Amino acid sequence: MAKRVGMEVAVAVAEAVGQCDIDMAAVYPITPQSHIAEHLSDLVADGKIDAEFVTVESEHSAMSAVIGASGTGARVYTATSSQGLMLMHELLPIASGMRLPIVMGIANRAVSGPLNILNDHSDIMPQRDSGWISLFVENGQEAIDLSIQAFKIAEHKDVLLPVCVNIDGFQLTHMVEPLEFPDQELVNKFLPPRVPYATLHPSKPVTMGAFAMSDYFTEMMKAKDEALKNSKKVIIDIWDEWARMFGRAYKPVETYKAEDAEILMLTMGSMGETAEVAIDALRAKGVSAGLIKLRLWRPFPFEEIRAAAKNAKKLIVTDRAVSFGGPGGPVFSEIKSALYHEAHRPAIYNYIIGLGGRDVTVKDFIGMVEKVIPYNAEKTVDTYEFWGVRE
Amino acid sequence: MNIVENFDLYAPRLINKKELLSAGHRACQGCGEVLAVRLMCKALGENTVIASATGCMEIISSMYPTTAWEVPWIHVAFENAAAVAAGVEAGLKGLRKKGKIDDRYIKVVGMAGDGGTMDIGLQALSGAMERGHDMLFVCFDNEAYMNTGIQRSSGTPMGASTTTAPAGKISSGQKTWKKNMAEIMVAHSVPYVATACPSYPLDFIRKVEKAKATKGPSYIHCFSVCPTGWRCGSHLAIAMGRLAVESGVFPLYEVENGKYKVSSEMPKKLKPVKDYFKGQGRFRHLGEAEIQVIQHKVESEYQKILDKVKYLKAWD
Ligand SMILES: Cc1ncc(C[n+]2csc(CCOP(=O)(O)OP(=O)(O)O)c2C)c(N)n1
Ligand code: SF4
Ligand SMILES: [Mg+2]
Repeated sequence: MAKRVGMEVAVAVAEAVGQCDIDMAAVYPITPQSHIAEHLSDLVADGKIDAEFVTVESEHSAMSAVIGASGTGARVYTATSSQGLMLMHELLPIASGMRLPIVMGIANRAVSGPLNILNDHSDIMPQRDSGWISLFVENGQEAIDLSIQAFKIAEHKDVLLPVCVNIDGFQLTHMVEPLEFPDQELVNKFLPPRVPYATLHPSKPVTMGAFAMSDYFTEMMKAKDEALKNSKKVIIDIWDEWARMFGRAYKPVETYKAEDAEILMLTMGSMGETAEVAIDALRAKGVSAGLIKLRLWRPFPFEEIRAAAKNAKKLIVTDRAVSFGGPGGPVFSEIKSALYHEAHRPAIYNYIIGLGGRDVTVKDFIGMVEKVIPYNAEKTVDTYEFWGVRE
Repeated sequence: MNIVENFDLYAPRLINKKELLSAGHRACQGCGEVLAVRLMCKALGENTVIASATGCMEIISSMYPTTAWEVPWIHVAFENAAAVAAGVEAGLKGLRKKGKIDDRYIKVVGMAGDGGTMDIGLQALSGAMERGHDMLFVCFDNEAYMNTGIQRSSGTPMGASTTTAPAGKISSGQKTWKKNMAEIMVAHSVPYVATACPSYPLDFIRKVEKAKATKGPSYIHCFSVCPTGWRCGSHLAIAMGRLAVESGVFPLYEVENGKYKVSSEMPKKLKPVKDYFKGQGRFRHLGEAEIQVIQHKVESEYQKILDKVKYLKAWD
């Protein structure tokens, strides 16, 4: 049994990546990702990781370099936040289009403007359609576990897609938590060396990133879509294997007191634990409330969401990003379209919360649930609300 | 002995016969750039991986599901060929060190047009060169964004008419002097920097071989005639390259560890710039006075190079 240590989560993520026999990493510093970058450098400098560590001149080059290195068959890692992720944006669909396994940690942070260094999900949401597998973690332990699993998912022969692990900036990355590192020998067993599909090597010359016009482009997009959809099965299998080996189980959607709840709330990322406390308080008051926590953002777990929401009368979706001028937050849109064809579906309400690092407390979550209690579930409310905003 | 004059005689012995950029690509007739790429590949040989930027050479060579490349080749985007090449180099190095791939030396090469090198790709290139990756970067400079329709770049020469800096009633085309890219690379203390042109194939090949043998970063700026964009006859690519060199518009030189050397192909006396301009539609609108201004600039720039050869030698 591995022993528990107290460690900052960003540092722990770097340690976990260090357990994965990476061959190359390229990073560019940005708050709040920088502790991951710095600790990775320490590990390389101390010879604890045998990898090429490239301190690129921008995030655009970080992503470009890991794409190039992944093309050689190397196991690669990068990490970023906010503006850095926005700068990489151009390359994200190229990485997935080339079917290159890459693992990226994202210390989620609000995007400018105005400049803000604190946490929300406005950096990852514009990357939604880039063809990456996108996972959200709730606490430090999940950050460790999913960072390791991400390599196995990305490199799986039926997947071959880049994976990003979303870790709420500051609220998670800078917390010191009691953490358990998996035993190295078990990690080696769980994560054998990468077996690449094709590599940039003169022993067998290949062309990567060819030019495709209308005669092939649609087929390529369909193939990418299918690869992403099919990855869900692999992800679930890998989570089952992890549970067997390390005793911690993961699912695309987690629920908390949700089975019999009339009012459900949905969160993504680190706010799940705060929301759980709110659910307990509401239950103590006799309110039939429960929680859905979305771990797998892409591929989107439609079946699991439908199953989790099937008995509820009302569903509150929280979003930590805005789709300006759109139908509500991006998570809200997804949930709505997942439930549209259901014969019995809950009324859905959307609250935009925690933008730019604004605290969301237990009281806030209780307030959201209490606000929808008097609403008539038969009457659709087609608006979203910025929770707690000063007008 | 003038090898170029007796090219047919010497070429089979001096040039690798193996084609690593195969025929059937989609470049325009008479394209000087694709000729340069082909010669570069011959000089590099098989143990090479190329990372290419978006641009003419990428589009014409990699139309899915075909490819002209007989060496491993990757294209990612327009501005990042140097960063991709740096990643390839780091990846191969990491894998080789750990014994995960066979233990052979592979030269990693980044390539881009003038736009992909001097404009949008400059940051990535500067970063890769500064970090000292063991890679060669070659700029195939055809003096405009040709792939997108002959728009100006910072490599477009003064006075040339392009689709975004056209000659018009009150304009004489490009209003700025060409960016001196080779000097920017010299300023990075890159151990080997050279200018070259496929109109001088043996000189070009020798420079690529030298760059290949250089441990660490190296840079070649390759002047590549584009008949389509320059509005000259498609049979004139070689002649135009020769005239650019003979007039001093594009001097051939090398900088090895900071030491300048003018290539033996440079004539003792430069031809007039106007001889070079004559056959090209992009300069057709220029008057005598404008050509004189350019003539003067070409001479003074060339003199600067000659001075660097002389005075840097004096410091030995
Ligand atoms: C980010 C981005 N901006 C613009 C383009 C459009 N574009 C593609 S190739 C090109 C010009 C290429 O010019 P150059 O690098 O000189 O190469 P050439 O085609 O002349 O060989 C441009 C503007 C692009 N692909 N990506
Ligand atoms: S446009 Fe110019 S550089 Fe491009 S393929 Fe044609 S001749 Fe070559
Ligand atoms: Mg060009």
